[in-house]
Amino acid sequence: MALLEISGLHKKFGGLHAVNNVSFAVEKGSIKAVIGPNGAGKTTLFNLITGTLGATSGDVTFLDKPLLGKKPHQIAALGMARTFQNVKLFHDMTVLENVMVGRHIRSSAGFLASMLHMPWTLREESRIRQKSMQMLELLGIEEFADTEATSLAFGQQRAVELARALALEPTILLLDEPAAGLNIYETAEVGRLISRIRDLGITVVLVEHDMSLVMDISDDIVVLSFGQKIAEDVPEAIQKNEEVIKVYLGE
Amino acid sequence: MRNLLSLLPLVGLIIIVQLLTSWTDTTFYLTQITMSAYYSLLIIGLCTLMGYAGQISLGHAGFFAIGGYISAALTTHNLVAFKETALIRMLDGFNILMSGEDIYGDSLMVINPWAACIVAVLAAGLIAWVLGIPVLKLKGHYLAMATLGFGVIIYRIVLAVEYFGEADGISEVPSFTLIPGLEVSGDFGARVENYYIAWGLVIIGMIILRNLINSRVGRALRSIHASEEAAGAMGVNTSRYKLQVFILSAIFAAVAGVFLTHYNGGIGPSEAGVMKSVRYVAIVAVGGMAHLWGALTMGVLLNFLSLRGVFGSYDDAVFGLILIIIMLFAPNGILSLNWKGLLDKISGRTNKGKAAGGKD
Repeated sequence: MALLEISGLHKKFGGLHAVNNVSFAVEKGSIKAVIGPNGAGKTTLFNLITGTLGATSGDVTFLDKPLLGKKPHQIAALGMARTFQNVKLFHDMTVLENVMVGRHIRSSAGFLASMLHMPWTLREESRIRQKSMQMLELLGIEEFADTEATSLAFGQQRAVELARALALEPTILLLDEPAAGLNIYETAEVGRLISRIRDLGITVVLVEHDMSLVMDISDDIVVLSFGQKIAEDVPEAIQKNEEVIKVYLGE
Repeated sequence: MRNLLSLLPLVGLIIIVQLLTSWTDTTFYLTQITMSAYYSLLIIGLCTLMGYAGQISLGHAGFFAIGGYISAALTTHNLVAFKETALIRMLDGFNILMSGEDIYGDSLMVINPWAACIVAVLAAGLIAWVLGIPVLKLKGHYLAMATLGFGVIIYRIVLAVEYFGEADGISEVPSFTLIPGLEVSGDFGARVENYYIAWGLVIIGMIILRNLINSRVGRALRSIHASEEAAGAMGVNTSRYKLQVFILSAIFAAVAGVFLTHYNGGIGPSEAGVMKSVRYVAIVAVGGMAHLWGALTMGVLLNFLSLRGVFGSYDDAVFGLILIIIMLFAPNGILSLNWKGLLDKISGRTNKGKAAGGKD
């Protein structure tokens, strides 16, 4: 059984079929890329999987549990983390605080315990801090721990967002265009990073425009066009697939 | 621990002010400071809701009034006529009734202030819960308007319902014995102790809220403020947290309402007025939104000036004006204002001088 299974997933916006009967599976420990031209429904697909949007029909199964109908926070609690296409960091919070929010589902202090600063919450707090610092070190941004997150350069903000998602200790990580807005050196760096994340045992699904990145690191590629899956194969085969070439380069 | 230590200067200041007023024979100031402290209790609760969690409420005078009015009504309406009913007997059995004589010497039987206080605060929490579930789905202006609507409803209810004294409000609210020997009352003789009761409550409130903000829950609330979508993706149950912080701030408002009502010996419809809610929002804004100390400082200062009558008949207008000025010139509050930069801005000459210097 695959870690994540998507079957017959469908989303209609009025008369537009943004995601049209899409099915594919993501194996544990793999890197799966979803590519396609602008407006192919890639981000919509992510939003459906993570519960940000409700699907019109179809099924999404993660760890043998159905995801459709669940709220984003419930899906996150199952071990699914994501990043956003236009980096969504928490403003007015430091880099470290941002990453500490990523430990939310791995900690438990509620309102009353927090208001009273129960001794066990202080211990939990220091574990959260420690783990979050480790994530910053993993991404090489520990020097910015006390900097306000949104004041960093864009590439560094992406790293913070990634650290925040990793702090969740996810089983699966969904990356929405992790290389958007980055130059070729930064993109190559992101590629190495994603491979490292996979080596940590985290399954990765990424939506991406940058072909060089996708071809280098993915085990499998799904190609979407106008909401429909037109191909699914290993990178070498996708590069030779005539329909994919037609969609990307025109006839 | 460091959290508690940082409150020590406040404790010192509270004591110094009290001693100063004793030495200079101006203890009458303590009355307004006490009242300001109670209003500040509401304001720091609202600050947590608005500044940190990012959920605006223009209905918090409503929660203050729910607390004050329920406690006032329960502790003043004479139950002697119902003495023989099963309900009253049962209440008496629980020892939550208080017997005495009214000013005309007739026998009086009312609910004990402690019981009334608990009922009032629970009622405010419950109403916040019922109101919060639908309205907290709204964002920004829409939430502001919905809570404004709630405030208007509460105002009209206390004006219209005979039980709440209509336009006259409720007076002759008895003092509230916290523990034997310590009473919330407006007696001149109890001025100093009431000053400390009010500040004790504010300090407890500050400790609780500062603990909350510097915790897992506090970070979750601030993340909701910044991006509900990203907070949800990190596993934060956004609707539940918003509801909980809304209820918490309503409870702060209600506690303030209960204590101030017993301190003043009464409550009137103006306490439920929309202008009061606007005032509280203005004060949180002046204090710097996500800034508990700012909210507390401004809460005490501006309420004190207002209660001393410094703003005269223009009281509400002053708070409206403050809101406009803050939004225009210091959206992060005046404590975080770059004073030097502002002075430079105001005196255009300095700017010109700098520009000229830059060309050289």
